[in-house]
Amino acid sequence: MALEESHVRRAAHLARLAVSDDQASGFVEDLSRILDMVDQLQSLDTEGVKPLAHPLDATQRLRADEVTESNQRDTFQRCAPAVENGLYLVPRVVE
Amino acid sequence: MQWETVIGLEVHVQLATRSKIFSGASTAFGAEPNTQACAVDLGLPGALPVLNEQAVAMAVQFGLAVHANIAEVSVFDRKNYFYPDLPKGYQTSQMHHPIVGPGDIEITLEDGSTKCIRIHHAHLEEDAGKSLHEDFHGMTGIDLNRAGTPLLEIVSEPDMRSAKEAAAYLKAIHSIVTYLGISDGNMAEGSMRCDVNVSVRPTGQEAFGTRAEIKNVNSFRFVERAIAFEVERQIELIEDGGSVIQETRLFDPDRDETRSMRTKEEANDYRYFPCPDLLPVVLDQAYLDHLRSQLPELPADKRERFQNELGLSAYDANVISASRDMAEFFEAVHNECGDAKQSANWVQGELSGALNRENLSIANSPISARQLGELISRVLDDTINGKAAKEVFQALWNGQGESADDIIDAKGLKQVTDTGAIEAMIDQVIADSPAQVAQYRDSEPEKRGKMIGYFVGQVMKASRGTANPQQVNGLLKEKLDALL
Repeated sequence: MALEESHVRRAAHLARLAVSDDQASGFVEDLSRILDMVDQLQSLDTEGVKPLAHPLDATQRLRADEVTESNQRDTFQRCAPAVENGLYLVPRVVE
Repeated sequence: MQWETVIGLEVHVQLATRSKIFSGASTAFGAEPNTQACAVDLGLPGALPVLNEQAVAMAVQFGLAVHANIAEVSVFDRKNYFYPDLPKGYQTSQMHHPIVGPGDIEITLEDGSTKCIRIHHAHLEEDAGKSLHEDFHGMTGIDLNRAGTPLLEIVSEPDMRSAKEAAAYLKAIHSIVTYLGISDGNMAEGSMRCDVNVSVRPTGQEAFGTRAEIKNVNSFRFVERAIAFEVERQIELIEDGGSVIQETRLFDPDRDETRSMRTKEEANDYRYFPCPDLLPVVLDQAYLDHLRSQLPELPADKRERFQNELGLSAYDANVISASRDMAEFFEAVHNECGDAKQSANWVQGELSGALNRENLSIANSPISARQLGELISRVLDDTINGKAAKEVFQALWNGQGESADDIIDAKGLKQVTDTGAIEAMIDQVIADSPAQVAQYRDSEPEKRGKMIGYFVGQVMKASRGTANPQQVNGLLKEKLDALL
């Protein structure tokens, strides 16, 4: 698949990454090489192979439904840039 | 042109676990902001999720209740988007391998008819936090207590054809999750939230029209109103030569309208991928069998039994089976008095009326099922008449006695069925009402039936309401007609 700069820009926007013009063209090249490798993988016959959800051959352990966490708000909020009345404050979001 | 409405619903049900889906933080409602948001819920670096067994069990129970295939292997995916109430930058959800596969739910419409609505799937996911848009010096406040609360998202097929069917479907889901006890079903507190997909197509056309998705409709009534508005908007748009665009809309209950939120071009690209922090969830047959054996009798089964075995009407059976609390109360009343029809009448009539007036739920009824059953028994064995029964009910409600019998004794409400005693009262009333007797005698025979009401009233009054009304009626007619 031929990757274009617009694809890189879109991916960067979705990931909220600031990418300069110079970097963008570099990423087009790097990502294209990765996609070439994916193309190579695509050429393999995977008929009858189950999709892999996780590389480990293990299944999810479940925990009992118990409250084990205590209130540590003060500790957590020490690294927050702005708090008030127990709330984390962030730049205004209006949808 | 005739139009047909096509509706599909996505219902988010908050599961009633004690702790969150991936952390040991409490899910209790109403705590101080952020006091129930731990490192996992905050998405702090290095914090890892561990899945709550109870959330899995609840999802499976729902699946079993809607006759769905339960996935032997289900997988959690990351749904990526940025919003401050989602600190990790992704919601852990299930996109490709949900825990509950295709199933179906039977809904009952107002006329008593039923319809089967197919469930596409149901998946587990975590709730986000809450944004408080009041002004904090031009900033937004974030409370993450709700972040990580387990949700079951139930996605229907586009099988509903009217707002009424959509509301009935939502009620059926509500009924099932509260019967199972997997959610408190409290819509006002957001325990059940609903996205509605609506489209219209010319009647007879097979292809679906373009749909709009209405977000966050939070009551049975709003679902109907939002759909009604949206259907009208779409039909008008098409009939004026326009076309519906695929978009997300918000329902505004104050203005009774839906408004565009974002169109598909701006739609999010969630870039789902399997969550590397969580392994596939594998459920074995023994576990499913165990959960199946724990299932309570479900609303549809109760409804059928109430109708077929107890002889209730389709309407009564439907109303009473809709809530587990009401159904169990009704069954306890019925066990006490043995008369299903009377039990249904009292539970839906006098009791529901009194509960509504005082805004009480049936679980908090001041009158117990045993007390109500005894009261009905006293009507059935003719100890008291219907009027006295209402008085006893009121006294029980007010806590004026332990049992119907106590109140009947204390208030002297025992029905007078002794013919001699009733005749004596009738003779007295006739003697005291010469004018009315004369009027009765002089009026047209067909008007006398109505006039007898006056005498019945007087006799009932003389007996302080305790005379058997059927006997009073019969004896009065005999005695008055003897005077003609």
